[in-house]
Amino acid sequence: MDGATILVGLAGVLATAAPIVVATVGETFAERAGVINLSVNGTILLSAMGSFVVAVTTGSLFLGFLAGAVIGAAVSLVVAAGSITLRQSQVAVGFVLTLFCRDLAYFLGNPYMGEKGPILSVRAIPGLADIPILGTLFFRHDVMTYFSFVLVVVAWWWIYRTRPGLMLRAVGERPESAFARGARVDLTRYLYTTLGGALVGLAGPMFSLSVKAGWKGTISGLDGLGWIVLAIVIFGAWNPVRAALGAYLFGLLQWLSVVLQPSLQGIPSQVLQVAPFPLMILTLLLVNIGNAEWVERVLAALPEPSRRIVARILRSLRVVQPRSLGVPFERE
Amino acid sequence: MSEMSNLGSAARRPALRLSRQTWINLGLQLGALVLAFLLTSVILLVAGAPPFDAYVQIAKGAVGSMGSFSNVLVAWVPLLLAAAGVLVTFAAGLWNIGVEGQIVLGAVLSTWMLRLLQETSLSPALIIAAAMVAGIVGGGLWAALAGVLKTFGGVNEIFGGLGLNFVATALTLWLIFGPWKRPGIGSMSGTEPFPEQLWLPTVGGLRLSLWALGLAILAVIVVYILLERTYFGLRLKAVGRNGRAAFLLGVPTWQYGLLAFLVCGGLAGLAGAIQVTSVYHRLIPSISSGYGFLGLMIGMLILYRAIWVAPVALFFAALNIGSIQLPIVLKLDSTLSGVLQGALVLFVLLVEGFRQRYIRRARLAAVGASMVTVASTSEEA
Repeated sequence: MDGATILVGLAGVLATAAPIVVATVGETFAERAGVINLSVNGTILLSAMGSFVVAVTTGSLFLGFLAGAVIGAAVSLVVAAGSITLRQSQVAVGFVLTLFCRDLAYFLGNPYMGEKGPILSVRAIPGLADIPILGTLFFRHDVMTYFSFVLVVVAWWWIYRTRPGLMLRAVGERPESAFARGARVDLTRYLYTTLGGALVGLAGPMFSLSVKAGWKGTISGLDGLGWIVLAIVIFGAWNPVRAALGAYLFGLLQWLSVVLQPSLQGIPSQVLQVAPFPLMILTLLLVNIGNAEWVERVLAALPEPSRRIVARILRSLRVVQPRSLGVPFERE
Repeated sequence: MSEMSNLGSAARRPALRLSRQTWINLGLQLGALVLAFLLTSVILLVAGAPPFDAYVQIAKGAVGSMGSFSNVLVAWVPLLLAAAGVLVTFAAGLWNIGVEGQIVLGAVLSTWMLRLLQETSLSPALIIAAAMVAGIVGGGLWAALAGVLKTFGGVNEIFGGLGLNFVATALTLWLIFGPWKRPGIGSMSGTEPFPEQLWLPTVGGLRLSLWALGLAILAVIVVYILLERTYFGLRLKAVGRNGRAAFLLGVPTWQYGLLAFLVCGGLAGLAGAIQVTSVYHRLIPSISSGYGFLGLMIGMLILYRAIWVAPVALFFAALNIGSIQLPIVLKLDSTLSGVLQGALVLFVLLVEGFRQRYIRRARLAAVGASMVTVASTSEEA
């Protein structure tokens, strides 16, 4: 494999990971505000199907993507209403919705299975696309991939560098204090859950109208990706940039498993297909284990130089979730 | 979970108030049912299908003949086991999404045991019993893995369990196409069927095994007694409601959590073993058929009250079996049952939230007002 092929492959990784990146950033917004939207997996399937059907029947890609965002926002509104207004367990509402949306997608999408639909075309950015290496990597994509690049930067800037972003973090960490400083906690949570849901919803058409074009029902290969998104949000420590890196790492591993398949004859294909999931468990283990009590004790028993190294690695990986994640806000 | 304390306090109220409260609750739950059917009907209309016909077809498919009703009972068995299992983990405040994979591992280990013993001279009854035990062990160990990941690794049981579900499915596929493949070539139809003497005896001509049914009903009763009538159940619920308080009161919190995982996994594993020994007589790729997830849905639908497991699981089983013929009769996808089940659970959750937030508050306000009146009148006296 020569350099040019690898370069194109890596550019492909950036494009195929784009829906995961957008969904991850969306979920990061919701969780930063304190709401776990566990419906991601079902939402992506439903919006992938819905946007595909809209795009096929209207012939408009724009309407397709719009439908995806609207579906995502609608589902997340149910999560918000159920958990914020009606105080039901976020996990329960999200889990039911994830199953409901998945079955709904398969049920309503059945007549459209295997149909040919429009596909988002690649638009190289004039000038920038001709820069050696970087041009191929970043400037020969479709418009939604560019959107994913911009989104990561904007999300980071919004969360860490603006006043509303500060309020968002406060609402997720210490809603009482935020409330005392004038934040409208429940409204903020509604807004970011819906915004996050709309972004998750966009991931659907980014698959069905671009990366994995078409709707093939249960063999669309989308079932399960939503759970990976939720895991990457944790891996990303609720920081959009770190989360995006996680998404690209995931894309890279998937690409490698395809590229290296011929040289991995001994490993059955079923194992490679599910490799992301044990990997997900391992990653979550790595980023969470630093919080475990027994690790402290083991660390204390290690000899000094190695103790410091291990402790530093664990600390750099460790993530701590927003303090009020999943906890309804009581104004008292 | 506040439902239970609420029921407890309601029981001590004067009969009049209890009955009024009961009527309101009943009305609300009926409302949730109606809303779920309304939403599903709208979805059916969107799909261009006549809703009433679809429901009639489902009912026919479920109870139209002795054969179809016995299939409902066959599906009832794993649902009972899965739902009873997740009630134990729910009681401990745990989301055992891995129950699906625990069913699979139960099936895998019981298949392994059957393969191991089928050539020996042991009596078939003994071999089947060993396969059941192997299933329980397999499910229990898979659940314990999720529990250990949570307890010692800080991996949320939702992600740990979910990842393990995918791993379990991959393991099954690998076994079916690899080491356990049929003579010749492996196929999606599963491993080579076991000889008939290793099948759990079924009711003449049907797929229903009274042994399986008995075990499942027994499991539900045991879980009900465990949760509602024992000190263990009480302590387990204490862990689930407020782990820190339970710990300070001397309940070994994480040990109880792991134990809940083991019990749930064991029941799920038994369900897997039953699918192998009495339904499919071999290992197939989708051996769990989504029963684990449905068990979780049932747990939520009945708001974690063990007494309701049996009827609701029967209803869910009927929906599943009834919708099988939808593709043939009405050209509809059979996932309609999942849509209806999801809508039901969703509306029950939302209506319960509505009740807790608006109706209970209104009642508390009324009670508060009457208390004030009582207090002021007694002062006057």
